[in-house]
Amino acid sequence: MIASSRARRGLTAAAGLSLGWAVIGALVLGGALLVGFAVGPVDLGVGAIVREILSHVPFLGVKSPLDDTEQAIFWQLRAPRVVLGALVGAMLASAGAGYQGVFRNPLADPYLLGAAAGAGLGATLVIAYANDSGASRELRPLAAFVGATAGVAAAYAIGRSVGGRTTASLILAGVTVASFLTAVQTFVQQRNTDTVQQVYAWILGQLETSGWREVAIALPYMAVSWAVLLVHGRLLDVLAVGDEEAASLGVSVSRVRLLVLGAATLGTAVAVALSGLIAFVGIIVPHAIRLVAGTSYRVVMPLSIMFGGAFLVLADVLARTVTSPAELPIGVVTAFFGAPFFALLLRTTRVAGP
Amino acid sequence: MTSVALERMSVSLDGVRVVSELSLDVEPGQWVGLIGPNGAGKTTVLRAVAGLVEYEGRLDVFHDEVAALSRREVARRIALVPQNPVIPPDMTVLEYVLLGRTPHVSYLGSPGDGDLGACRSALGRLDAAHLADRRLGSLSGGERQRAVLARAIAQEAPLVLLDEPTTALDVGAQQQVLELVAGLRANGNLTVLSAMHDLTVAGQYADRLVLLDGGREIASGQPAEVLTETLIARHYGASVLVVSDPEAGIAVVPLRPRLEAEEHVG
Repeated sequence: MIASSRARRGLTAAAGLSLGWAVIGALVLGGALLVGFAVGPVDLGVGAIVREILSHVPFLGVKSPLDDTEQAIFWQLRAPRVVLGALVGAMLASAGAGYQGVFRNPLADPYLLGAAAGAGLGATLVIAYANDSGASRELRPLAAFVGATAGVAAAYAIGRSVGGRTTASLILAGVTVASFLTAVQTFVQQRNTDTVQQVYAWILGQLETSGWREVAIALPYMAVSWAVLLVHGRLLDVLAVGDEEAASLGVSVSRVRLLVLGAATLGTAVAVALSGLIAFVGIIVPHAIRLVAGTSYRVVMPLSIMFGGAFLVLADVLARTVTSPAELPIGVVTAFFGAPFFALLLRTTRVAGP
Repeated sequence: MTSVALERMSVSLDGVRVVSELSLDVEPGQWVGLIGPNGAGKTTVLRAVAGLVEYEGRLDVFHDEVAALSRREVARRIALVPQNPVIPPDMTVLEYVLLGRTPHVSYLGSPGDGDLGACRSALGRLDAAHLADRRLGSLSGGERQRAVLARAIAQEAPLVLLDEPTTALDVGAQQQVLELVAGLRANGNLTVLSAMHDLTVAGQYADRLVLLDGGREIASGQPAEVLTETLIARHYGASVLVVSDPEAGIAVVPLRPRLEAEEHVG
């Protein structure tokens, strides 16, 4: 009995994500998507939604029970928003896992590292100064990426210069950079009062969609980011033993670090550009996964995508319903659950660092 | 055929020359021990051989210049056991040993059954199969050192570099670890280059010793030729008694300096 369970665990160590966890992840994500689809001012019903979706699958012969208006509500309003939520949540969680692997620091997070604030500044500049141009929405990811890269680079450089690469110094540097970038952003925002409302709504995090446009903008960037992150899970595991040992095991440490940082920052930038600053997803999702499913990044990375997507879809459901018919910014919901969790995590983490 | 060949190799770190024109040949299957006081350059020599620091001069590992080899190719030839390995506390022993397979897994690939087999066999050779599912954070010092050695063995490199492999181990665990290394050497054609603190241990396990001081070679040869009271007094600033026994080998016994002892008594 014990021997067989050992053999099984040995197998998972070699094979990465186990089938069991893959199925659980898919079910949770699928369930969350259905809840997201079903909840809203117009009651469509879960069963009807499932049949509506299946009616678009060829050869099944399922007939949709929804009328034209309901179909429009579902396909043009609700589904895009829920799918965007899933993409953004999945991206923030997996980017968080990527940062944690690269910095060997369980507290690293796009929000705490200054990536999100940098992306925020970049996107605010576009909203404030290029809002009239038709390409504003498309420009935001690019500007956000430039800002995010600058934010992470600054946090990393400052963190290193003040105290090696301990857990605490990197986070403090990130918070410092984030405060500075946020101050600049607020300045820009105040100087451009005509767009202040738009910027403000966006900062607090809002999954605002106009049809499938945002999903279409996000998907290519995120696909690239995920491909890189998923491929490097095994090498992130090797980085856990430190740069020098990883190098002695045959890993080109700086190349892996650059690729993963680039991918995580690109993904974060796109997520921030489209949905504003949504905190803590990148830290609580990967950490919860480590607690239950194991610490290998070959497990944490794919599960972060699935559970991160599910988490943000459900957070958005709360944001939409708690103060209905008004809407709560989704960043408020994630911070409400994330901040206490982060406090708990701080208590249990060996702050001495690597 | 040499495993490692150094020819007037020098290393500078932050502008300070820490290894100076060192020449050294290590034959296949040999165990060469580097000894010398703190700061003598022992660890730096090992890091240079492992391709982790830049050097001047020549440094060949199995007839190829280390600097010209890819990281992966170096890792297939050389396994390094660092003095203070980073131990991720939540990783299981098997996952940790599996890291040793890194140079054998392709960039996009993942470890397969063969890799897992190599890890299990490495753990088996160190009598550590029962530790496979334990978390590293829960291991004792001796068990941890076995896990680190198992990772190096799973790497299946013909040359192993040991940097102070027995620091922080009690005398029993020390002996166990060194016997394990000696056993591995007897089974295969493993070459070992190690930096060693404990001179008695160095004298008993290594075939050849090289005494370094200030980054230069001071003496090299059979343990009995290098471990002399004069050399140790001059380069370690220690007063010792070297006891040589045809069966038990060499022991270096530290002696309390006379003057100081008298002061304490007086």
